[in-house]
Amino acid sequence: MSPATKKRGSAAKPAAGKALHAASATKPRSLPGSKAGASGPSPKARRSLDEFMAQAWAMEMDAAQRYSDFADAMETHNNLEVAAMFRTMAQYENRHALQILAEMGWTEPPVAPGSGFAWPSFEAPETAPIDEVHYLMQPWHALQLALAAEERAERFFGELAHAATNESVRRAARELQAEEREHVALVKAWIKKVPKPDPDWAHDFDPARYTD
Amino acid sequence: MNDIVPPAALTAASYKSAYKPIWCPGCGDYSVLSSVTKALAKVQVPPHDVVVVSGIGCSSRIPAYTSCYGFHGVHGRALAAGTGLKVARPELTVLVAGGDGDGYSIGGNHFLHACRRNVDITYIVMDNHVYGMTKGQASPTTEPDWDSKLSPGGTGIRSFHPLVIALASGANFVARAFAGDPNGTAETIAAGIRHPGFSFIEILSPCVTFRPDQREWKQYAHPAPVAPTDDPARAARRIMTDDGFNIGILYAGDRKPYPAHRGDGKGTPAELETEFEL
Repeated sequence: MSPATKKRGSAAKPAAGKALHAASATKPRSLPGSKAGASGPSPKARRSLDEFMAQAWAMEMDAAQRYSDFADAMETHNNLEVAAMFRTMAQYENRHALQILAEMGWTEPPVAPGSGFAWPSFEAPETAPIDEVHYLMQPWHALQLALAAEERAERFFGELAHAATNESVRRAARELQAEEREHVALVKAWIKKVPKPDPDWAHDFDPARYTD
Repeated sequence: MNDIVPPAALTAASYKSAYKPIWCPGCGDYSVLSSVTKALAKVQVPPHDVVVVSGIGCSSRIPAYTSCYGFHGVHGRALAAGTGLKVARPELTVLVAGGDGDGYSIGGNHFLHACRRNVDITYIVMDNHVYGMTKGQASPTTEPDWDSKLSPGGTGIRSFHPLVIALASGANFVARAFAGDPNGTAETIAAGIRHPGFSFIEILSPCVTFRPDQREWKQYAHPAPVAPTDDPARAARRIMTDDGFNIGILYAGDRKPYPAHRGDGKGTPAELETEFEL
């Protein structure tokens, strides 16, 4: 996102955001081998599924942490509207992570492998990049970040489903891909409810930077 | 029946304070803070056994954002304070943190001798190639041709090369990390804490306010293609010839750390005072 604005947009409508959580909270996945699953996979398949779901859990947790950091930063810079939005997003991601724990019947968070989880890039796909925020950003920008994150997550699970050699993992990846696809649609709907920023949104009459 | 409940494992959240950072949104230092707390959770040292010592600058605010003991000291003197603390209280895990201006310019001499002494501390430098807190002056690691109103046309001065200086001065662990890789950075910091002797970790941490061009760093940073070496000559060659964006542990030596204080640390202030009487 390129920096840019002075006017704050009007309050974002939370309705679509609530639906973002509701979509995943009210439709429990039936992962093979999980508590909600019907079939009992082999020990090897179960291990693969556990590893896969641990990675999915880590992805949600990383995303929640980043949104929480963004919310803190925005509160510090008195951009309370966007702070509240990031706080809400962090809560959604936390709930998704808790949902994974519940579905897998885990009472403790899964432990990452010694070398950490492998991601397509430095960070988990659903984590919004640390440098793509601005102190004058508006709800529309925050939602664009969320949209990009959900789209990356959807692609990630799609690619995993395509590459999986284990049927349990493939099914779980497809379930998660479908869920992320729902989130993409919901964020898009949410974006329609917030004003698009003016082109000069990042203009600051008292800028921190004077070296330009 | 045994009612003893094992202590819960420490998590990254265990090392965070209630204070919210005042860094600019988008600053790489947020990510470094997250990496530090994750690294401490990996090594499972209780917060009360960790001290974070810093100097002056944006990044030097980091002690306040952890739940560990902290010392926000004098400009450029973080390593001196951290070294003294570790020698006096060797049982503590000492992290020293700061920026490129604090560490390489004002504290440059301390940096050389901290590497040379090889006391068992971990030094984290959040390098953004600029003095951010004082609004954008060129720092020792600023590129010579970086143009700004404060240094029109650039300073024309060759950049300081902290990694090779650290290696040549005797640091026992030399690594480069990138704020855009918080999980990898956490692994590197944890490795630095575990490694005996002086561990130096240079973290490329973009300043989005005064160096927005550094957003491009995420396109350049890449994992080091080779495993760490314990051969300083090989490490020096790698560091001198890499592209500056090689991420990972570049050198892990086996030099014996500076011996900790011989005393038992139980002397009263009055007893200690007698040692210094003239």
